[in-house]
Amino acid sequence: MDFIRNFPFFSIMISMLSGIISSILPKKAAKLLNLFMIITVFFLSLILLIYLCITGESFVYMMGHFPAPYGNEIRAGILEALMALFFSAVMFLSVVGGHKKLDEEVDEDRHNLYYILVNMMLSSLLALVYTNDLFTAYVFVEINTISACGLIMIRRIGRTYIAAVRYMIMSLIGSGLMLLGICLIYDMTGHLLMSNIKSSIEAIHASGQFRMPLVVMTTLISVGLCVKSSLFPFHAWLPDAYGYSTVSSAAILSSLVSKGYIFLLLKIIYRVIGFEVFVSTNILNVFYVFGLSAMIFGSIRAIRENDIRRMIAYSSIAQIGYIYMGFGLATDLGMEAGIFQILSHGATKSLLFIAAIGLTDVSGFNRAFIHVTGAGYRNKIAGIGFTVGALSMVGVPMFSGFISKLLFAEAGINVEGKSVPTLVVLAISVILNAIYFMKTVIRIYTPAPDSEFKEESFRFKDKLSYSLTILGFIALNLVLGMSSEVFNDLIHKGLEMFS
Amino acid sequence: MGPYLLDNYGEAVAMLLFTIGFTNLLLQKNLIKKIIGFNIMDSAIYLFLALKGYIEGRMAPIYTQGYTSASDYVNPIPAGLVLTGIVVSVSVTALMLSLTVKLYSRYHTLNLDEISTRLRREKR
Repeated sequence: MDFIRNFPFFSIMISMLSGIISSILPKKAAKLLNLFMIITVFFLSLILLIYLCITGESFVYMMGHFPAPYGNEIRAGILEALMALFFSAVMFLSVVGGHKKLDEEVDEDRHNLYYILVNMMLSSLLALVYTNDLFTAYVFVEINTISACGLIMIRRIGRTYIAAVRYMIMSLIGSGLMLLGICLIYDMTGHLLMSNIKSSIEAIHASGQFRMPLVVMTTLISVGLCVKSSLFPFHAWLPDAYGYSTVSSAAILSSLVSKGYIFLLLKIIYRVIGFEVFVSTNILNVFYVFGLSAMIFGSIRAIRENDIRRMIAYSSIAQIGYIYMGFGLATDLGMEAGIFQILSHGATKSLLFIAAIGLTDVSGFNRAFIHVTGAGYRNKIAGIGFTVGALSMVGVPMFSGFISKLLFAEAGINVEGKSVPTLVVLAISVILNAIYFMKTVIRIYTPAPDSEFKEESFRFKDKLSYSLTILGFIALNLVLGMSSEVFNDLIHKGLEMFS
Repeated sequence: MGPYLLDNYGEAVAMLLFTIGFTNLLLQKNLIKKIIGFNIMDSAIYLFLALKGYIEGRMAPIYTQGYTSASDYVNPIPAGLVLTGIVVSVSVTALMLSLTVKLYSRYHTLNLDEISTRLRREKR
């Protein structure tokens, strides 16, 4: 049984190694290896999750042969295993679902490169999830940024290049601030391992010294990670990056990359700085305000958008606002709601991207709303997928979005001073969501009177894998929505293991 | 803050450089200048780290005959971190430069605003 403790390390290493091997394989083999790798990581994480639920306690895995203060460490608890499981599942579905589009949009000789980038992305995400060392986290944040940039610009058009440049600039600002924060932490505590830092910071906080450096350091790291996960005022790069990159990249970027940074932030809140100390710096209130404004602003921009892919991208800004709003409530319930929203948004947003591409493909590759009229009849499975995603985003019961909104409302209602704004903004945001998503759903099911686009001419050649992907996403959504107690229980136990 | 400024002038310089690099990365329109700004920003952080590891009157942490106690050496960890950081920033710079080359060969300008306006005109 103790052998299972190697699994976090194995899953990081498998994804890295398969990235390296992919570079010399032919295109088909690289694709198969990539899919095989993601499935392996999925099952390793599943076994790890079951093992952790049975033993009921987290463990620390020593990298190399040096004990705690000198060596590097990996740590795995229920929440980490759950995230790894979820990331690999969404990654698998996104890659499979966008495969046809990848053939069309990316040159033949660059497919290997694409799979290398996907592998690197997964390995860096897993490393962010599992690492117990702050500087390792920084290095993997940068690897994540570089592979995300590659995923954006793999489709060689002017829009994606400029989106990649914008993304890089914002990411570099974010990681620069974060690195400075980590340097300050190292300077204050003399440690880089999360558990050691936490005990020193608790001692420093209790002694009442270094109040100002503590606040500055927390601010630097939080702002850095907020910039990287595109919280509301730092979102300028997002619509282009999500709207014009190839669809697998858009799905991976929106549902996994930003979530990886948010998960790192969560780890820093609980395992590096400590929840009480973090609350005492009042950064969470800033998160709260920006989260609320993101919820409104992102939805308003999405309503005004005339391009279906960019509309979904703007909706991402609003959804990330929800997560930060939940964190900003500064209670355990709010945090749990935020984590559930990570899962819910990850499952729904990638479904929407993959479904939207099915709709635009049967509309002569036009993405403007006027052209997708009646697309739900021309590509039935994409229409169903989009409808499910839209219903989930609006918060209709049975789907995952409903549960996350319910959790936010439950968490917000008991927080003094924040209950009214939370509930009001939540209600407004739901209405705004309903406006732009229902508008789209009605449009795709309005029969186009003299449609020049026929179903036959724009049929997917391998419709089966596409349909299975959409069904997989719908199933994921329903599982999250209908058996949410299981996930809430896991999240709750995982958070308890964090401290 | 005032009385310690002269004692910690190295850190002050590092922060000043960080601000210069940060503003350049954020506000410059020219892509090459942005990249230079990024490099200044990262170097400032490495300077800061190196200063934090330096201990007055001690040797570089290289094992030589005669010195065996750890108290003879400066802290080696920040040097290791700086080295890792340099590797990261070199690769990021390379990526940014290659992107700049691509954009330049397509639009024949390095001005980010101008590229954006042209993109808007060309309508995808």
